[in-house]
Parts: sequence; structure tokens; C-alpha cells
Amino acid sequence: MPAQGFSGSATKATGLAEYPVSKRPHTIRVRRKDVTPAQPPSLDSSQTQPSCSATPVSANPAQCGSCAPKTSRRDFLKAGGMLSLSSLMGTGALMTHSDDAHAAAEWGEHFQKNYRLMTEQEKIEARDRLQRRYSAEYGKPVSVDITGAQPGVLMGYALNIRKCIGCRRCVHACVAENNQSRGTRPGEKIEWIQVLRMERGKFEAEKMDHGYPEGLGIQVGGNAYTPAGQVLEGQFHYNPEAVPEKDATYMPIACMQCEKPPCVKVCPVRTTYREGDGPVVIDYNWCIGCRMCMGACPYWARRINVTTPVLPKAEMNPVTHYLGNRPRMRGVVEKCHWCLQRTRHGRYPACVEVCPVGARKFGNLLDPESEVSKVLERKNVFRLKADLNTFPKFFYFYD
Amino acid sequence: MKALIRFATDYVSYVLKGGMKFYAWMGALALLMVAMLYVFYLQNTEGLIVTGMTSQIHEGLYFANLVFLVGVAAGAVTIVFPAYVYHHEGMHKVSVLGEMLAITAVIMVMMFVFAHMGRPDRLWHMIPPWGIYSLSSMLGWDVLVLTGYLILNIICGFYYLWCKYTGKPINQRWFIPLVFVAIAWALSIHTVTAFLIATMPARPMWHHTVMPIRFIATAFAAGPALIILIFLIIRNTTKFWIEDSAIRLLASIVTWCLGIAIFLTLSEVVIELYARTEHANGLYYLMFGLHGLTRLVPWFWSAVVLMIGAFILFLTPAVRNNMTLLPIACAMAFTGIWIEKGMGLIVPGFIPTPIGEVTEYFPSFVEWLMTLGIWAFGFFILTILLKGAIGILLGDIKLGGQTAVAN
Repeated sequence: MPAQGFSGSATKATGLAEYPVSKRPHTIRVRRKDVTPAQPPSLDSSQTQPSCSATPVSANPAQCGSCAPKTSRRDFLKAGGMLSLSSLMGTGALMTHSDDAHAAAEWGEHFQKNYRLMTEQEKIEARDRLQRRYSAEYGKPVSVDITGAQPGVLMGYALNIRKCIGCRRCVHACVAENNQSRGTRPGEKIEWIQVLRMERGKFEAEKMDHGYPEGLGIQVGGNAYTPAGQVLEGQFHYNPEAVPEKDATYMPIACMQCEKPPCVKVCPVRTTYREGDGPVVIDYNWCIGCRMCMGACPYWARRINVTTPVLPKAEMNPVTHYLGNRPRMRGVVEKCHWCLQRTRHGRYPACVEVCPVGARKFGNLLDPESEVSKVLERKNVFRLKADLNTFPKFFYFYD
Repeated sequence: MKALIRFATDYVSYVLKGGMKFYAWMGALALLMVAMLYVFYLQNTEGLIVTGMTSQIHEGLYFANLVFLVGVAAGAVTIVFPAYVYHHEGMHKVSVLGEMLAITAVIMVMMFVFAHMGRPDRLWHMIPPWGIYSLSSMLGWDVLVLTGYLILNIICGFYYLWCKYTGKPINQRWFIPLVFVAIAWALSIHTVTAFLIATMPARPMWHHTVMPIRFIATAFAAGPALIILIFLIIRNTTKFWIEDSAIRLLASIVTWCLGIAIFLTLSEVVIELYARTEHANGLYYLMFGLHGLTRLVPWFWSAVVLMIGAFILFLTPAVRNNMTLLPIACAMAFTGIWIEKGMGLIVPGFIPTPIGEVTEYFPSFVEWLMTLGIWAFGFFILTILLKGAIGILLGDIKLGGQTAVAN
């Protein structure tokens, strides 16, 4: 069984950084139903390269040129579907009496085990059940990947805050890729990435003598409340005409995929846990919605689905992972998982791919040649709220 | 076995019979309970969107009530402890009523847990062997200690009532040790509830060592304050007489625990606001508002006025020993702590969020209705439990005896 990792079809196990975008392998497609547990899907080398090299699945509009990403995804799926016709036919058959499929799937889902305790066979059953339900619900073939952690991989992320221009393309690409709830009512709109806008400090001579009330003898300089530097002040509701703004810097923030995640510790049902290759994931089917993890997270990375997510059929991304971007249900918590449906198959997360200034770097921390390892080797790096001993695998750096 | 069935039927038939006032009271409560069921249905079809909770402030009125009611459950130990440790005569007579209150409060806590959850249909995921029990989770521990406390109180309370019913002597060999276990357990339930929120460094408002003792101090003020109110109602509406000495002892417990609670709150205010770091933002929001958002400010200051006012009243012997003025002080202390420890502690923990966003929370109508319904449910159970217990203590319900009718 060849280890996929970030190496894809390349012969040498290098980091993602090594790949030109156009050569990145596509291994995600609608699965054949007859795979056996001994042979996890997507590892069949004859199928690893569906004919979609012209239009890679990308959330980056710039990369796709004139074609919309949705179209390219559909084309891509068609190509994938040709290779697994049996699956499509099965799905089609099920879609004709979708109510029964839906009911059966709901019932089966309700009594399934915690994902981590499932045997390989049970995982496949759960996967198939979900594929049937999602395909019926969204009216198109939906694949649910169950590829596990690849050996020799520890995912890491680095972000150049010097380069970020605050365009928020990462936010939108993330929403499109990861099937977050769109919607207008409060709480219905979910975004995993927040780009914080921070004012550049401006110290003024005129303020020199305007100190704090001197009556109590408390000494405070007139420029005391001038903002400067990276602070967490929740300023992500900015709406400028153009970015970057002259008087601001930006700091994107999302799940830090901590090595010592406080959210995992507080989960009463162990539905959220750290995967072998690094990301902290959630089994949405096991989550009881107690929201302890949301309280424990020092980065406000987690969101609760206060209602059934608003996910229009046309906008739904059908290439999903069980622990990743598959559609969630009402009342469960979700968060960034570093696009497992992509990264487990050697592709970049959507936010990395879409970033127009290349501020975002992703790769294998165990591979000294990967971009993220190079960043750690050469740049000044810091982790957010390092005092809390959460040991994020998300690093900020600057040139 | 036959006697056990007799016990159950006698108990139920005694409890079910009552005057117009009794039926009106129970009917009103039942109406609120129906409303609660409806909003529960709404919450589990529409989702939590019908509440005021968001991803920013994801614990609100339900969690606040949950925390407060764990305190009430623990507060019942203020009757049991003097009764069994100091052999206080007046208390010993009524200790079983404290156990009934504890049972009710724990059941209410569980109802609030159900109301709080995003997926109550999946709560079995916490229960082995079907689910997974996590020892690393404070919520797991909380469920464990609460369930244990409920079972302990049901055993202690109903065994005592059973002995009174049959006229058999109490088996001291296991009953007394069990009572002592229950006393220690009462402390554990509230300590764990404090740990639940104090073990999150992500929320500096709660990340204090003072939290467990503050919880226990407020619990031992709010719990007995409620008990005094209930005792006075029992004295006025039933034939059962509760000794003045018992009420006086409870009043002095309330006084000193309320004093400690106020002291701890003031200490926190001084320590946080002197340095005024970013970590004090939650408290600052609570006291004065932040970035122009001031929704909780009236809550905080009314809690301060109620608590300090109640403390002064309790310190005044003319009030403390006056059975018509005492309920006012008790109600003030109870309400003050309900605010201070509920909305005033839980909500500002989320303001600002860990990334500095300042948002506000306002309980929706659905949340108020649910809360009201669960309190009604609590009073419903409490009425049943207390009426039955008093019937047995009075000798109205007795094995082989004619079942008397309570009014």
C-alpha cells in the first residue's frame, strides 16, 4: 500500500512546496462501492490521475482563469464519475426513492459508534451511508473520503503577517470549500477564518501632555492608548474600498491545530481529537453540542451550528472528507481541519491555494524540505498566545 | 415487597389529594411545563437559533441557571450537616426536607443540561457502555458527581421516610456513613461545577483559584435562603411545625456565607481593576460596559444592591429574628446571588471573545419560557416531594394506618 502523504505521485517524498500547482495530483473522486477494507480507496495507482489536469479543483478564481470554480468541479466530478460508474448508478437508483434512503441513513447514523472506535468495515459502512444521504439531499454524487493519517506526516502551517493584505479571499475560499453555513440570520453564517484588522499606531506630539486624570497621582502618558503592534481586538468587521489600507495591518486567525489542544481535553464524549498527522478533528455524528470545546479554545476557532446549516445545493462542494468538510447537522460544533479532503491527498488547503500574495505556507513539519520547515528554519516565528501552552502548529512569521 | 407497594400507593394517594389551592398551584405549574415542552420541541427542530446564544456567547441563561441550581442542591447540606454532625435537634427533624430539595435541584440541573445541549438526542454518547465516558473532561466529572448526589439523596431521603412509614428503626450502621458521604459529596458537586468553568485559561474572567470557594460560599447563602422561605411557607400552610431554632441557625449560615461571598467578589474587583489588564475586560464589561455595550451593567449593580442590602438586613437582629421580615432578606439574597452567579458570571466570561470581539447576549423569549418552565417543573416536583415527606413526618401516611387527607 503506497503511502500517499504529501508526496502524491512523485517518487520522492518531498513537501508540498516542491509541487508546481499544475502538477499537483488529484486523487479525490467519487468512490467505487466495492472497495475492501484492506485496500483503502484512492490508493489504486491506476486511478490516481483522473483527466482533469486542465482545470484543477481550486477555489482561487485567479487560477481558474475565466471558468468558475463550480463548473470546473463539476467537470472534474464527471471525469471521476466515469471511472466509477457503478457508484453513480447505485446513487442514482437510491435517489429515485430518496425518502427511504434518507430515513435509513438517519437511523443508521444515529446509532453508529464514535468514528475512532469504528473498525475499517464500519467506517466504510458509515461512509457509504453518508454518501447515499448526501447524494440524495444535494442532488449530485457526493463522495465522503475516509482516508486516514499518512505515516511520516505532521502537518504544519505558517503565515506571513508582513504580507497579508487583508483581502479575505481565504475566508471566502474556505467557506466555499468546506461547506459552511451561508445564511443571513444571526449565527447562520459561519466562517472559520477571521482576518483581524489592526490599526497602525500613530504617536502624536500634541497628545504629549494630555495624560490620564492626574488627581489620583496616577501617571499615564498622553499616547498611552495609541494602538501599535499585533493585538487581538476583534476588528474583523471592516469593509474598506480597497485593501491593503494604509493605516492598518492584518492578522488572519483560525484553528491553530494545537499539539496540546484544550478543546480536546474538555470534550466529554471524545468526539474531538487530534489526528495522527496533526489536525484536530470532530466526528460531527458523535458531537452532543455541549460547547465546552468552544469555551476552552483560546483562539475562538470553533463555531456552533445553531440551526440546520444553510447550504444551497449548487454551492455544495461534493468532494468531502468524513472528518472534514462533509455537510454538518444542526446543533454540532465545527472548525477548521486544514482541508483534510485535500491535504490527505497531497494538495494544499483552499486558503493556501487562494492567497494572492503567498502569505500562507503549508506542509509537512517532518520533512526538512517542506516550505513550512524552511520557514521555521529561516524566519522569525511566533505562536499566538504561547503562554497558554497549547503549542499551536500554526506559526506566524515576518520577513 | 408488599409493604413497598403499599408505601408507594399511600404516598401517591396522599400527595394527589388536596384542596382547590393545591390544584390551582399544580395546574398553573403544569401549564408552564407544557410551554416548556413546546419550546424544547422548537429548540430541537429549529435549533438553538431560537435562543439568544451565538458562537460568540454560547452559554447563556440555561448554563447560568444550571450553575446556580447546583449551588442550591449543594446548599441543602446546610440542613443535613448541623443535623448529623452537631446533632441539632430542630434540624434533625427536618433534615429529610433538605434532601428532598437537593433531589429537586439536581433534577432541575439535569433539565437545564438538556435545554443547553445542541443535540440532547445524543446524550447517551456520554454513558458507557454505549457511549464514551471521558475522565479528562470536567463536564464528564460534573455529570458523574451530580448523578451520584442524586442517587445518594434519593437513598438517604427515602430510606428515612420508609423507616418513619413502617415504624422500623433506622439502620445506623450504613445510614449514618452514607449521610456523611452525601455531605462530602455536596461539596464535590459544586467544586466540580466551579472547575468546569475555572479550568479554562481561554476565559480569564473565570480562570481564578477563588472560583470554587466563591461558588460554595454563594451556594451556602442562596441554598439556605431558599430553604428558609420554603420552611416559612410550610409553617404557614401545613400542620407541620418547624422549630425557630432551625430557621435561626439557617439565617446565621446565610449571613456569614453571604458575607464571605461579598468579600470574595470585592477582592476580585480590586485585584482585577487595579492592574486592569486585558484579562479584566470581562469584569469591566460587567461593571461598566465595554465599547459602549452595557446590557449587563444593571444586572450587576442590582445584584450588588440586593446582596449588600440583604447582608445588612441579616446582620440586624431585629430582622434576622423576625419571621415576617426575614423572608424579604432571604428573597433579596436569593435573587442577588441568582444574578451574580448566573448571568453576571457566565455571560461576561464570553465578553470579549478570546480574539477580542465584544458582542452582547440577550435571552430570547424562548429561553425565558424554557427557564420558567423548568423552574415550574422544579416547584412541581418539590411540592410533591415535600408534601409526601411532611405527610410521613406528621404520621398522616403510615403503614396500616388510614390515609389522611392533607389540606
